[in-house]
Amino acid sequence: MTLWRYALRRLLQGIVTVWFIATATFLAMHAVPGDPLMSDKAVTPEIRANLEAKYGLDQPLHRQYLIYISNLARGDFGISFTQKNREVNDIIREHFPVSATLGILAIVIAGMGGVVWGALTALYRNRLPDTAIMFLVILAISVPGFVIAALGQLAIVGLNRVTGIPLLPVAGWGSVSHMLIPALVLGLGTMAYLTRLMRSSMLEVIATDYIRTARAKGIPATRIFTHHALRNAVLPVITVLGPAIAGITTGGFVVELVFAIPGLGRYFVQAVQQLDYTVIMGTTVFYGAFLVFMVIVVDLLYGIVDPRVRLE
Amino acid sequence: MTSSGTSLDRAALKQIGLLGAGAIAAIAGLMYLLAWAADSTGTGSAVKPAVDPTGRTITLLLREEPPQLNTTLATDQVSSFVLGHVMQGLLRYDIDGRLEAGIAERWTITETGATFYLRADARWSNGSPITAHDFVFAWRTAVDPASASQYAFILFPIRHAEAINSGARAVTELGVRAADDLTLEVDFERPIAHFEKLVAYTTYYPVNEAFYRSTNGRYGADYDTLLYSGPFMLTRWVHGAQLRMEKNPHYWDRESVRLDVIDFPYLTEDPSTQVNLFKDGRIAMTGLSEQSLEEALKQRWHINRFMDGSVFYTEFNHRPDRVTRNRNLRLAIAHALDADELVNKVIKIPGFLTGRSLFPSWLQGVDRTLREEYPVPQRTPDTAQARAYLALALDELGLDQLPPLMLLTGDTPLSARQAEYYQARLKSELNVDIRIDKQTFKQRLAKMTSGDFDLVAAGWGPDFNDPLTFGDLFASWNLNNRGRYANPELDRQVRIAQASLDPAERMAAFGAIQQIIHDDVVIFPEFERGLVYVLHPALKGVVRRAVGADPDLTRAYIEEG
Repeated sequence: MTLWRYALRRLLQGIVTVWFIATATFLAMHAVPGDPLMSDKAVTPEIRANLEAKYGLDQPLHRQYLIYISNLARGDFGISFTQKNREVNDIIREHFPVSATLGILAIVIAGMGGVVWGALTALYRNRLPDTAIMFLVILAISVPGFVIAALGQLAIVGLNRVTGIPLLPVAGWGSVSHMLIPALVLGLGTMAYLTRLMRSSMLEVIATDYIRTARAKGIPATRIFTHHALRNAVLPVITVLGPAIAGITTGGFVVELVFAIPGLGRYFVQAVQQLDYTVIMGTTVFYGAFLVFMVIVVDLLYGIVDPRVRLE
Repeated sequence: MTSSGTSLDRAALKQIGLLGAGAIAAIAGLMYLLAWAADSTGTGSAVKPAVDPTGRTITLLLREEPPQLNTTLATDQVSSFVLGHVMQGLLRYDIDGRLEAGIAERWTITETGATFYLRADARWSNGSPITAHDFVFAWRTAVDPASASQYAFILFPIRHAEAINSGARAVTELGVRAADDLTLEVDFERPIAHFEKLVAYTTYYPVNEAFYRSTNGRYGADYDTLLYSGPFMLTRWVHGAQLRMEKNPHYWDRESVRLDVIDFPYLTEDPSTQVNLFKDGRIAMTGLSEQSLEEALKQRWHINRFMDGSVFYTEFNHRPDRVTRNRNLRLAIAHALDADELVNKVIKIPGFLTGRSLFPSWLQGVDRTLREEYPVPQRTPDTAQARAYLALALDELGLDQLPPLMLLTGDTPLSARQAEYYQARLKSELNVDIRIDKQTFKQRLAKMTSGDFDLVAAGWGPDFNDPLTFGDLFASWNLNNRGRYANPELDRQVRIAQASLDPAERMAAFGAIQQIIHDDVVIFPEFERGLVYVLHPALKGVVRRAVGADPDLTRAYIEEG
């Protein structure tokens, strides 16, 4: 019961947050000089007036805001300014699944990889495998995503050249082979971060009294590892999954651009450059709502995984 | 290490190994699951070679996807490229960029109007005939205020077009009618010399009324909400992901089309991705950026270049509240800068030509190029003279010291280098301070329009193959004259160039306009842009154009062997 109450309260807070995001974006967007109807060839005042009337920009700003918020409440993001006969809802519906696919894969790779590498380095603490992996981890955390993406692509070109057959596609989307490298590149930074987290958490757990007790009781080593060490060590990793999803979503913009992947991130970036008001609003509010929701889900999940945590 | 510790280690290692194997299996399984789900949403793009002679198929990339393909609304380059392949207007461009018969097989133009005689075998991609009514409908739609077309102005030479667009007259009053199915008659608002050059433009393409109405406002939003009049037709358009053109079996000149399929499975603006795709043999052609040029040289690819037709210049703000309204100050700046140095030492991109005039060197005059018939006056950099002009300017402006000048510029690395060159050069030559105002494209346009600059890095590309596409830019009434230059004599020459039907008289007017712009330092010309690109060795017949759809693949073919 308390869980439901907690979830409901967080959800209501989330809605306020999203409303705040929408309002802030709306104001910031209109404060920027220029507007989506600007084009390199100037138009006559009559053509300009026709355009403004068509897109509702002839209304005063507070009217535009009220119209926007009321449409938003009905889940209608309006029509794109640049893609003149596409609805923003269609853009989100068609392209978010692509970004989500890439994101899910990257999160899974990062999560699983982080746990495995973290456990391994803890086990080999201060020995060669630990040092080697931790060196790579520092590298992966400090090198920016666009560099890793470019290197990943170069590696594919090199691989195809050396083998003489097109093993992996350089860019594009639509098959398993298109996903592998972009997802790896996207998940790499998070995986490195999780490896570090998992390593220290694992070291802490191995040194605890209950592990020593379990050993003393003669529980098989395998069972100690899986049931006592790993399960407790993995908890902090789940805590950071929420922020990690945010990181991977935003990192996706770069990966989508480099690998020519038709995800939503590209629309987000283009819309800002072209001042496409409706797409900026639609994607920002959508991403905002999505992230707020994911953070709530992760918090709830944490309560389920660790019963000691009280959801207040 | 204790023995129990070792056993935990060993057991743990085994578990981690199992965990790792399980993780890899899970990820692989998840990938296949996601790929299966993605395929069902139709975004699949198979890995294909750049050139496939048996399928007469080539694979290319697009920098971005066309926003939409309604010809009455299209304004951007990508749309113009795609529409130039899948649509055709009354006239088209030949290999050398000259006008030739398109849907119209012949035409006559007088002072008051034009008549186009359509070919009887012109068909839409659904097999129905292309008639004069399709042009009437398209042109009416484009000038209809309800359509809110940004390029409506290009139809303003037609009688009543401007009045209709401002809502003063009914759409049916537009001066165009179908005398019969194959005869299109046009009335002009006033005499116009270059009308035939306009009708090759996108906004003048035909639209089938019945089909347009059947799409419920989604005309041109998807491949199946368009009818095609050109050499190709779209058979696939996955938004944000890919386009595919196939030969149009109903096109009247189908014998000249030698490719069956042009595939665009990649949409990317990233120059390194573009060059990587070419290197990997996935695409048959790509433009090169400054960075990728080095890679191309290293790979010893054959590098092609062409002039894209646009000119770039620094525009001065001539508004009365700006110091740059002073002609001597503009002369001082023009003498302090060195366009040759800018192009050869600062920009350093092969294919760029030093700018000399508002009129680029490729524009045709009466018999030779305009620039050959009316040579541009030269202005050589001269520090002493520049300083003398600055002293005069300060005197006239009543200033001891010039306030810092605001240079409005774009956000690309190239514009940054250019701006820094100006800053350094004007400081060393004239001791004038330049403040650089870097803005994104739309914000720069907004500031240009409101006049919030002293100097602005600007450029202009042609819409049609006539010097007038540049010539009227600084007419006092032209809304693209963002520095608000006003000169009655220039206006008079522009009117001659617009209305005269005598080519020699028109070219003399352009010569006079060029001289005024030079003498009055309306702009400081910088360069004519060149582009470099690489082609698959087997791909032939690609035409690059300054005006019209570029690159033009309508006559391209794959060389066997």
